[in-house]
Amino acid sequence: MAKSTYYIPVGPIHPALKEPIRVEAEVEGEKIVKVDVKRGFAHRGIEYMGMKRNAIQTLYLSERICGICSISHPYAFVITAEKALGIEAPPRAQYIRTIIAELERIHSHILWLGVIAHEMGFDTLLFWTWKGREKVLDLLEFITGNRINYSMYMIGGARRDLKEKHIRAIKDAIDYYWKFTEHMKEIFLSDPVYKARTRNVAKVSKDIALKLNLVGPIARAAGIRMDVRQDMPYDAYADIDVRAVVPQDIVGEVYGDAYDVTMVRIYEIEQSLDIIEYCVDNLPEGKILAIPNYVALLAKIRRTKGEAIGAHEAPRGEVIHYLKFDGRDGPSVWKVIAPSYNNINSWGPLLIGAEVADIPIVVAYIDPCMCCNDRVAVVKTKDGNELGYTEIRKKCLEKTEKIRRELK
Amino acid sequence: MPTKVMFLILKQLLEKPFTNPFPVKHAPKNVTELIEKVQKGEVQINPPVPVPEGFRGKLHYDPERCIGCRLCIMVCPADAMEWVPELKKIRHYVSRCMFCALCVDVCPGKKFPGEEKAVKALSMSEEFLLADYDKYSDNLIEEPPEAKEKGI
Repeated sequence: MAKSTYYIPVGPIHPALKEPIRVEAEVEGEKIVKVDVKRGFAHRGIEYMGMKRNAIQTLYLSERICGICSISHPYAFVITAEKALGIEAPPRAQYIRTIIAELERIHSHILWLGVIAHEMGFDTLLFWTWKGREKVLDLLEFITGNRINYSMYMIGGARRDLKEKHIRAIKDAIDYYWKFTEHMKEIFLSDPVYKARTRNVAKVSKDIALKLNLVGPIARAAGIRMDVRQDMPYDAYADIDVRAVVPQDIVGEVYGDAYDVTMVRIYEIEQSLDIIEYCVDNLPEGKILAIPNYVALLAKIRRTKGEAIGAHEAPRGEVIHYLKFDGRDGPSVWKVIAPSYNNINSWGPLLIGAEVADIPIVVAYIDPCMCCNDRVAVVKTKDGNELGYTEIRKKCLEKTEKIRRELK
Repeated sequence: MPTKVMFLILKQLLEKPFTNPFPVKHAPKNVTELIEKVQKGEVQINPPVPVPEGFRGKLHYDPERCIGCRLCIMVCPADAMEWVPELKKIRHYVSRCMFCALCVDVCPGKKFPGEEKAVKALSMSEEFLLADYDKYSDNLIEEPPEAKEKGI
C-alpha cells in the first residue's frame, strides 16, 4: 500500500520556535491528521531551588520563571505570601503594584501583536508595533530602574515610591497609547489581509475552552467571562470595577478565532489604560512597605506556620501560586501553575484538520511560554514505567558506591 | 488595494531611524581596527542612550563603610556575595549579580565621626557596559584592596 501520510517533527530546537517544545504532526497532503505535543525541555527545577532559600531570595527567583512577564509571578507570590503571613500591603503600595502590573500587560500584549504579525509574514507591522512598545519599556525603566526584571515588589508592599515626575511620565505615556491603540485598531482589525488570514483560524468554541480549562485572553475570546481581576479582586482591583473584555460586548458576536484574540488583546490595552488612569488619579498617600525591615520580615516568616493559594491575572492568563510556611525563613512547599500550561492543551484539537501553513498562527496565538509551563520532569524506564524519587535516589547511591569502590 | 499599512510604510520612509546606532552607525569590517581608530581619535563613538535616574547598574562597594554585618549575603538571591573572614568584609562577583539592589536596601552603612547620617557601603552605579572575556577579571570583582594585596 502506498504511503499516504508523512510525519513532520518540529522542535525541540527549531528556527520557528523561540523556546524549546516539540510538535509532531502527521500530514496528508496539506492537511494535518494527527498531532502530538511534547513538552518538558525547559525544566529548570526552580521550585526546588526556592524551597532551599529564604522567602526574599525566592521572590526574586520567581521573577526569573518567565522571560517576558517579569511581574506576574512575583505578583502572585507576594499575594500568596501576604495571605499566608496575614499581613496586608499599605494602600499606596497596592496602587503602585497595580500600575506596574497593568503597564506590563500593555507591553506584553503589544509584544504578542508584533509576534503574530511576524508569524504571518507581516514584518513591517512587527517593527512598527515594537517601536510603540519601546515607550512603555522606557517608562518602566524610569520607574523601576530596569527595562525587564523590575525588582519592584516585596512581601508586604513595593520597594520604590512613585514621585511627581514618574506620575507625569505615566500620564504622557497614557496619552501616547490612547493614540497608538487607535492606530493599531485601524491597522490590525480593519486590514483585509489580516482579517482573511486570522478569521476562522485557530477557532476555539466555548465547549472546548471549558473542557480544556483555557485561561486568559484565549478563554475570553471564546466568549467566557473570566478574569481573576473580576472574579477574585485583589489589591487596587477591588476598588475598580474591572469587567472581562469579551468579543460579544465589542462587536456582538463570538467566533473564538485568532482575529477575536487580537481584538480582545487590543481592547484590553485600553482597559489597562483606564485602570492606570484611575490609579494615578486616586493614588493614596502613606508608606509603601508593611514591614520595612527585611530582617524583621524574615523573622516573621520564620514564626509563621500556614499555607495559602493566590492568583494573579497575568497578560497570558491566570498565574496561581501555592506556598506553605513551616518554621523556616522560606517556603517549605512552593508550587507554580502558569497559564501557558492550560493553553498549550488547545494545540492538539486546533491543529487537527488545519493546514500546514496555519501551524505558526495556532502555535503563536496563545502566546506560549515554555519556561513558565515546564514545572515537572518525569524519568521513564525503557518499558514506559515512571521512576519514582526513591528509585532514582537508590540508583544515585549505587553509582556513588560504585565510583567510591573504583577510586580505592 | 491600498490599505492602512501601505500608507504607514510610505510615512516610515520619510522618518529618521528610531533606534540609536550604538556604538557606530554600521557594523565595522574589523573590530580591532575600529578600536584602534577610536583610541587615536579618528572615529567618534555614538554615545548610548542615557540611563534614567535610579538605574540599577554595576554595584559599587566601599569597604571603608562596611561594618561586616553580612545582611547582604543573607538577602542576595544569586549568591553573588562572598564573606572574607580574614578582613571581615565581603567580595562581590558582578558576573553572578542579577541587579536587584536588595543588598543596597538592606545595607546599614557606617557613620564616620562628624557625619549626621550613616552612608551605605553599597550603591548602584550607572555603569552597564560589563561585557568581558573573563568572568573573574578585575573589572567584575568588587573587593577590599587589602584582599588583593594579601591574595586572600
